Amino acid sequence: MSVETPTVRPAPPRPEKQPAARPPSEAGAGGPAPDTSRLLTRDFSLFYGPVQALKHVTISIPSNSVTAIIGPSGCGKSTLLRSFNRMNDLIPGVRVAGEIRFAELDIMAPSTDVVELRRRIGMVFQRPNPFPKSIFENVAFGLRMLGLRDRGELEARVETSLKRAALWDEVRDRLERSALQLSGGQQQRLCIARSLAVEPEVLLMDEPASALDPSATARIEELVLDLKGRYTIVVVTHNMQQAARVSDRTAFMLSGELIEYDETGRVFTNPSQKLTEDYITGRFG
Amino acid sequence: MSTLALPHATGALRKARGRDWSGIGLTVVTGLAAFLVVAMVAVIMGNIVLFGWRTVTWEFLTQNPRQGMTAGGIFPAIFGTTALVILMVVALIPFGVGAAIYLHEYARPDTWFTRAVRFSVANLAGVPSIVYGLFGLGFFIQFVGRGIDRLAGLDVVWGQPALLWAALTLALLNLPVVIVTAEEALRTVPRETREASLALGATRWQTIRHVLLPQAMPGILTGAILSVSRGAGEVAPIMFTGAAYFLPYLPTRPTDQFMELGYHVFVLSTQSPNVDATKPLLYGTVLVLLGLTFALNLTAILLRTRLRARLAGRS
Repeated sequence: MSVETPTVRPAPPRPEKQPAARPPSEAGAGGPAPDTSRLLTRDFSLFYGPVQALKHVTISIPSNSVTAIIGPSGCGKSTLLRSFNRMNDLIPGVRVAGEIRFAELDIMAPSTDVVELRRRIGMVFQRPNPFPKSIFENVAFGLRMLGLRDRGELEARVETSLKRAALWDEVRDRLERSALQLSGGQQQRLCIARSLAVEPEVLLMDEPASALDPSATARIEELVLDLKGRYTIVVVTHNMQQAARVSDRTAFMLSGELIEYDETGRVFTNPSQKLTEDYITGRFG
Repeated sequence: MSTLALPHATGALRKARGRDWSGIGLTVVTGLAAFLVVAMVAVIMGNIVLFGWRTVTWEFLTQNPRQGMTAGGIFPAIFGTTALVILMVVALIPFGVGAAIYLHEYARPDTWFTRAVRFSVANLAGVPSIVYGLFGLGFFIQFVGRGIDRLAGLDVVWGQPALLWAALTLALLNLPVVIVTAEEALRTVPRETREASLALGATRWQTIRHVLLPQAMPGILTGAILSVSRGAGEVAPIMFTGAAYFLPYLPTRPTDQFMELGYHVFVLSTQSPNVDATKPLLYGTVLVLLGLTFALNLTAILLRTRLRARLAGRS
């Protein structure tokens, strides 16, 4: 399996020319989505046994930008995120309806190679979860799993990934030390570097800073802004200020439904839905 | 409404209840039970060391038994026990860990097959060891061994008690322990770690091989430790399947019979024509058996400690 270098993709035109104040259920339902975004869901529903966790979600994520998904606990935001790389497959009793597309790929199709899918759509988790291996081996893990053996090549790619994750300067002289000796914030950046090493096109981040202190959080946010030119980033967050700071577009979810999805500035200053306004002004959630 | 009254009131209550006799009594009774454990170990160990240490000389450890086992050493039994335990672990760990991986990673919890496997593991653990011995004789020797001989057109080579069959019988005896501890060890690997691997595009097997097994290794070693302690001392499973009363040579092939420390203790204490003459040898043999078990355990524990330290990032 080859490790492709990310090609520079043309920045997609922002999909909405018209004022975006419209009910989200129509956000992509007016015929086949005309935009060029490569990651999108159409009428996507997901059930944990009898419980419906996602209800007819239609959302299209523009490439090379940051999309934030906000909403109260249990609203389905993490479930939606984990649908993009089919991490929900690991949970027994999950059923889905509707469709998720990634470029030409039908993500939910049984024929889809999830291993390759997850290589192309990377994920960073809520709690830093480095392997109990050295810093180097953590970053090299995905590459080794792809079959890369060449030491020089591995070293070069580990270095590039650590630099992109803004961690290189802090760890360059202790790559053979255990990753568990790093601070929480450093561990999370290591996890980001680990994901970047296999050169994904999309990076899914599930509350990547919620377990970190404010200064480590700020560094993660800087990093997200830094990475968005190169990757499509979807970040789930509890923290509305964070969504406002880092994202280009924001989706607000409630009880499994996508309530509003628009440019971040508009969602936070002039939401079209009453529920969104109530949530961002702190009336519930 | 005065809160000041409260301490006074509870103080009065405590006084009314008097001294807590039942608490004192229970402390004494449970303490005695706990002390009894220590006392038993002290008596057993003290007795063995006291009567055994004089016997355990360099000659005792390195020579063959002589004069109808009333003199000489126990080297063949030490060698046989070591070979038996090593063979057992080699056969046991792949099977036990394999079954644990199946149960934990692949099996759906509610199928009849999974339930049958779990039921069998639980029941296997309850079978008396003498039954394993008879099973080993019937299955490994009479069925498998004879079968090999017949197919290969040999005389009796495989179809007789041998080191290999004894090791396999012991492995079977310890299989439940290893399956249970290995599965427990796999369960302790955090879900996040497994997801991290899968999210990086690792396959399921790569995740097992490179993430789960390395992290479960200390737990798997615990299972191995338990099985070694148990395996080295069991007499019943090997007395029909390979252990010899006396052998003038060391086993060199898996089809050879062998002497074993636990069985040697049994022989010295019950089968000897002159029990008084063998008594010092008996104590010495028990001491060596205990020492060997401790040594094997200690090695595995040290290995486990090092692995744990590495996994915890201290190395």
